[in-house]
Amino acid sequence: MDSNASIESESYRSFSSRRSISSHHSKLSASNSIGEATCAEMGSKKVRHGSRGGADSEGFNLSQKEISDEDARFVYINDPARTNERFEYARNSIRTAKYSVITFLPRNLFEQFHRVAYIYFLVIAILNQLPQLAVFGRGASIMPLAFVLLVTAVKDAYEDYRRHRSDRIENNRLALVLVDGEFRDKKWKDIEVGEIIRVRANETLPCDMVLLSTSDPTGVAYIQTINLDGESNLKTRYAKQETLSKILENMSSGLIKCEKPNRNIYGFHANMEVDGKRLSLGASNIILRGCELKNTAWAVGVAVYAGQETKVMLNSSGAPSKRSKLEKRMNVEIILLSFFLITLCSIVSVLAAIWLRRHRDKLDNIPYYRRKDYSETDVENYNYYGWGWEIFFTFLMSVIVFQIMIPISLYISMELVRVGQAFFMIRDGGMYDEASNSRFQCRALNINEDLGQIKYVFSDKTGTLTENKMEFRSASIWGVDYSGGNPDLQSEQVAHEVEVDGKILRPKMAVRADPELLRLARGGRESEQGKHVYDFFLALASCNTIVPFVVDTEDPSVKLVDYQGESPDEQALVYAAAAYGFMLIERTSGHIVVDVQGEKQRFNVLGLHEFESDRKRMSVILGFPDKSVKVFVKGADTTMFSVIDRTSNNNVLQATEGHLLSYSSMGLRTLVVGMRELSNSEFDKWYIAFEAASTALMGRAALLRKVASSIESNLCVIGASAIEDKLQLGVPEAIESLRMADIKVWVLTGDKQETAISIGYSSRLLTSRMNQIIINSNSKELCRKSLEDAIIKAKKLSGPNVSSNMEGSSGAVTIPVGLIIDGTSLVYILDSELEELLFQLASHCSVVLCCRVAPLQKAGIVALVKKRTSDMTLAIGDGANDVSMIQCADVGIGISGQEGRQAVMASDFAMGQFRFLVPLLLVHGHWNYQRMGYMILYNFYRNAVFVLILFWYVLYTCFTLTTAINEWSSVLYSVIYTSVPTIVVGILDKDLSKRTLSKHPQLYGAGHRQEVYNSKHFWLTMVDTIWQSAAAFFIPLLAYRKSTVDGPSIGDLWTLAAVILVNLHLAMDIVSWTWVTHAAIWGSIVATVICVIVIDAIPILPGYWAIFHAAGTWVFWLCLLAIIVAALVPRLVVKFFHQYYCPSDIQIAREAEKYGRLRDHGTVEIEMNPILEPPRR
Amino acid sequence: MSSTTAPSSSVAAGSADASGARRNSKRPKYSRFTQQELPACKPILTPGWVISAFILVSIVFIPIGVAALFASRDVVEIVKRYDTDCIPLSERNDKVKYIQSPGNKTCTRNITVTKHMKKPIYVYYQLDNFYQNHRRYVKSRNDAQLRSNGSSDDVSGCSPEDYSNGLVIVPCGLIAWSLFNDTYNFSRNNQQLSVNKRGISWKSDREHKFGKNVYPRNFQNGTLIGGAHLDDSIPLSDQEDLIVWMRTAALPTFRKLYGKIEQDLQENDVIEVTLENNYNTYSFNGKKKLVLSTTSWLGGKNDFLGIAYLTVGGFCLFLAMAFTLVYLVKPRQLGDPSYLSWNRTPGCH
Repeated sequence: MDSNASIESESYRSFSSRRSISSHHSKLSASNSIGEATCAEMGSKKVRHGSRGGADSEGFNLSQKEISDEDARFVYINDPARTNERFEYARNSIRTAKYSVITFLPRNLFEQFHRVAYIYFLVIAILNQLPQLAVFGRGASIMPLAFVLLVTAVKDAYEDYRRHRSDRIENNRLALVLVDGEFRDKKWKDIEVGEIIRVRANETLPCDMVLLSTSDPTGVAYIQTINLDGESNLKTRYAKQETLSKILENMSSGLIKCEKPNRNIYGFHANMEVDGKRLSLGASNIILRGCELKNTAWAVGVAVYAGQETKVMLNSSGAPSKRSKLEKRMNVEIILLSFFLITLCSIVSVLAAIWLRRHRDKLDNIPYYRRKDYSETDVENYNYYGWGWEIFFTFLMSVIVFQIMIPISLYISMELVRVGQAFFMIRDGGMYDEASNSRFQCRALNINEDLGQIKYVFSDKTGTLTENKMEFRSASIWGVDYSGGNPDLQSEQVAHEVEVDGKILRPKMAVRADPELLRLARGGRESEQGKHVYDFFLALASCNTIVPFVVDTEDPSVKLVDYQGESPDEQALVYAAAAYGFMLIERTSGHIVVDVQGEKQRFNVLGLHEFESDRKRMSVILGFPDKSVKVFVKGADTTMFSVIDRTSNNNVLQATEGHLLSYSSMGLRTLVVGMRELSNSEFDKWYIAFEAASTALMGRAALLRKVASSIESNLCVIGASAIEDKLQLGVPEAIESLRMADIKVWVLTGDKQETAISIGYSSRLLTSRMNQIIINSNSKELCRKSLEDAIIKAKKLSGPNVSSNMEGSSGAVTIPVGLIIDGTSLVYILDSELEELLFQLASHCSVVLCCRVAPLQKAGIVALVKKRTSDMTLAIGDGANDVSMIQCADVGIGISGQEGRQAVMASDFAMGQFRFLVPLLLVHGHWNYQRMGYMILYNFYRNAVFVLILFWYVLYTCFTLTTAINEWSSVLYSVIYTSVPTIVVGILDKDLSKRTLSKHPQLYGAGHRQEVYNSKHFWLTMVDTIWQSAAAFFIPLLAYRKSTVDGPSIGDLWTLAAVILVNLHLAMDIVSWTWVTHAAIWGSIVATVICVIVIDAIPILPGYWAIFHAAGTWVFWLCLLAIIVAALVPRLVVKFFHQYYCPSDIQIAREAEKYGRLRDHGTVEIEMNPILEPPRR
Repeated sequence: MSSTTAPSSSVAAGSADASGARRNSKRPKYSRFTQQELPACKPILTPGWVISAFILVSIVFIPIGVAALFASRDVVEIVKRYDTDCIPLSERNDKVKYIQSPGNKTCTRNITVTKHMKKPIYVYYQLDNFYQNHRRYVKSRNDAQLRSNGSSDDVSGCSPEDYSNGLVIVPCGLIAWSLFNDTYNFSRNNQQLSVNKRGISWKSDREHKFGKNVYPRNFQNGTLIGGAHLDDSIPLSDQEDLIVWMRTAALPTFRKLYGKIEQDLQENDVIEVTLENNYNTYSFNGKKKLVLSTTSWLGGKNDFLGIAYLTVGGFCLFLAMAFTLVYLVKPRQLGDPSYLSWNRTPGCH
């Protein structure tokens, strides 16, 4: 059994109560109710490892009462008319498309205007429509917004068209529906709730239905839920015995009372009344839309949820959206820029007010103002609304003119850049996983750059660090350890074969076997030890929920036995049993067939208590051919030893315990197997109780649990099994890299402490040089004490002052400290004042290992760190138990591995292997951060330069917001003239090569230190902006003073100067020039020239032909040259000095990359082992 | 350059594809573009580059600056302010009243040529403190009306000078209305100096912007006269003063071409200017100046560009020398790993 899972699900019960305490979770729920819902539902997933026999939904619904009539849906079987009489339940047609022809325009616009940026655009455009404020012409002011809206609308329309098309195809598929006593083809969209549907093998289910009968006489149906949760293994669903026989006749008498449609795909709660009998239905009785029927010739069911109300449709929602740290940071600067904008506007308004005041007597007939209109007989003010209003209008007009000070286009550019970055991350061949055939996935598109600033990595163990491919390694039977089976010799792998009906049956996977044990197993039950071996492997083969499938191979005489099941641990055990000659061949709900050393034996399965997280064990009651009845139990050691009869065989018990300890210290997952023979009276007693419990309508789960506990007692221990979960490829190297990048790795696992520590060693998380601090405490006071002691110890060990992060990165740590803490202690620490102590302690430790933690504790630990530091956290995991942690962390990564897809669904990024974390963070994360950080600053600069040029000119126009620059050029400036290069650079520029970045993980520190985007850079950039804009403005102003120059000519000069200036500024900062960058930069300048020429070739505009006249003079070109040189020289000087005399790591690495010096004189040695170096002071 | 080398992973990708193991493999297709391995040039600011760039800039800039200064010095420019001088002393305390009153406002000034002036000599009028770029002013025109007869009724944007006595004004708007109307007559030694007023406007404006069949109508008929009258019989395309005036100036101090004197003027020549002082700049304290100027390849007299170029060039030369010095005193080996932050004790920053 999956001990990992079991422990995690245990605490799940406390999920809802605890959530309210943790501030983080309440935040989550406030911000995203969908995320919350998925979170709760993810948690339920684990229970499938536990009870299945119809008890699922009760186990989950906190209230175990009857469904009240108000909350219920009544489905009259085979009577859709009556079913839909009172309430019109949704038909089975689905609609994933968002819009129809009529609703497209309003709805699409409404959705687009959810972005603040667009609203800002719109408000400005509307302001501009007021005649008093008409700064730009109507067209010019609306054009950019209209353009963006149009492009997005076309994109949305196209996507929606495709959705319409697929909806249509989906809705018109055919299914067999019972009409007038026979099954006829009916389109999916016409299926109604209450109808009886027949599905054949390999068909997709059209709606959610309750199974009535199947081709299997016991009523089993196998389904594949790959479309639902991505799990490809087969799951079993059962039809109720009572409905099996009556497919066609009498069915209309049935009534199903079930819960209202909900999103929980692992729970279902209903009653069925057939022939006056009430049956309870659970999640194992329902098959869901989107699943496929497998290995079952046909199945018949009644539709209970259709169309939009099916669980799969209710679950189709995107990942929760997060906002990147950089973007949050950026908002501060945006606010600063807003203040700056308001300041500029205020300056203009005040100056305008002063001017108006001083000239108030002359305004009536100054030629260039002419307040009075003399054309009418009564002379009136013309276009003048009084002093106050004029100032107010001036203010608003200046907001319109200077609008791009707030770089709204930046938001759109950022989105485009992230899409581009995601494209390259997805396409990275280095992050493609061959085994699962999966690419990297970007599920959240707005936190790419956070990947460059990760400080804490929280990792799950099973399936994340390890492969979650279980392999049977050792067995301890009756106190004897069988750990032979040399792992190095492939030849020893045993594939036990049996011949049945002239066909050779062979298990699909071979297992390394211990020769001694093999000999014993083959020897039969004669010897004492042989008897125990027999019991042990029979227990392994029978005590599970694995379903064997016999699969054909290319060779007709050989067939493979494929064991399908939900727990990889169980699969491994069954394969092991098969290798030792106990091959499970057939399983129905009533019996199993096991081939024991070539002899087919049939055992009646009298009862099965499935795995449950409370008990952490499962049991099966087998009726032997010789009429004896035995109960086999297997489970986690902690719970097994409490139900074992300690009076007899104490030696065996002690030996087994010793073996368990040694197994788990090797990093193996252990399970204890026990058994007991039942006397007739005992069996009868149990049987009555079991029958009563499994047909109980109320509190069935609790009753079953009680029955199970009564039978699982006084067991005699047979032995223990050990399963190895192999480390994934490249994990130790990846962890080493992450540690060198000064990323703190915390491993959170549900495993036992010994297992966790041993995995810690093998993954190089823990090293022998590391000082371990272990905290296992059973009360709050003890926790406090051990934490305080540990802090003192850690401080002593980790050198004088390692409190700041900067210090830690420079390699001053003397002895690294690893903290190991278990879930019990965490119970007392989390959500109490001890959190602070734990955080202090953890900040002294380079590694933290938490074992025996529950899913919610995982989230609690992430929240603990997140609350106390501004550093970025990343959580990586593969199972449903990691979902809460993934959603809690700043960046959540799902491993698309063995344990289903819940983690992937909840994640922001998904990938196939843990080791991809290294290219993801160190390479792509680094690039994304560098690019995005630079792009934001550059966009601020770019727009501010332009605005300031406009502003300086306003000072020479009586503060009336005239722009020398053509209005179309002002509008196109941030749309066409300068936008493409930033986006291209934001997507493509690489400061360092992939190889350098992954070879020197320390370079990742640039993101931690926020080297690209910080206040200092912002202010420097702004000062530079002021200088550049002044140079661009005043050089032409002075060169053209007292000349005949007209507005449009000098305006064209300013336009070209600004565009060339900002593009060259960008060019100066580009690190790697590819043809794309060249094309973007020079292309933009050429495009600008073309646009300016085109605009000036329109005779109707005042600036007609201005560019040709201006460009025909030397002054024009000399001004342009002078502007560019004068504006850029200060920046070049500062940049050069900084790069040369205060080089950043990146700068040095870049030089080294170019001049190939990084490999010289053994520096690699120094770099590779920063932790081993003594402090250099 | 190092960026061009493909990492081993992608090589492996290629071979895996070649083996064609799985047809529906989702392995991303390898291309240098998608793997971000396009050949790239990665320039680095080395001292050599920076110093030579600065030297180059100074080599280019200093000669240009010298040339520009010489060009500017060669230009002979005579500026004569006349707005106050042309008002009789008795009227000077209320100049606005004087300028608004009807009557002959002829005024004669003498200009002494300081230096030999080669033809053509450009005659400009310069207005100070006249905001031709004022928002209310610059928008008060209708380009469609100016261009073709068909749109002559289009006066949108022209108010308050759109209708006069209910009739459409052509050309409408404040700009046309305020057309400059001082006139100058030059004579030397009592001999008339002819001023050529043809070709003073842009050819493009005459041919495409101002219509050949658009004639002034109703112009300057209102109660308030803003400036010059136009001859109703001449099409707008030939009204060059109007065309020049309607190219609104970028800055509040501007010159407009009045005409050209196609004769050389000798040093110490005394030019007698008979001017009609009609234009009202007094209401907003605007100055009026008469400018005679020759021209160079760089335009009129303006030392700014020359000085700017010399300054920038000199500064760059200084920087180049400073860098060289600093570089020689304290060089740093490029790409030396011992400077990496994890290989050195904290220092710089």
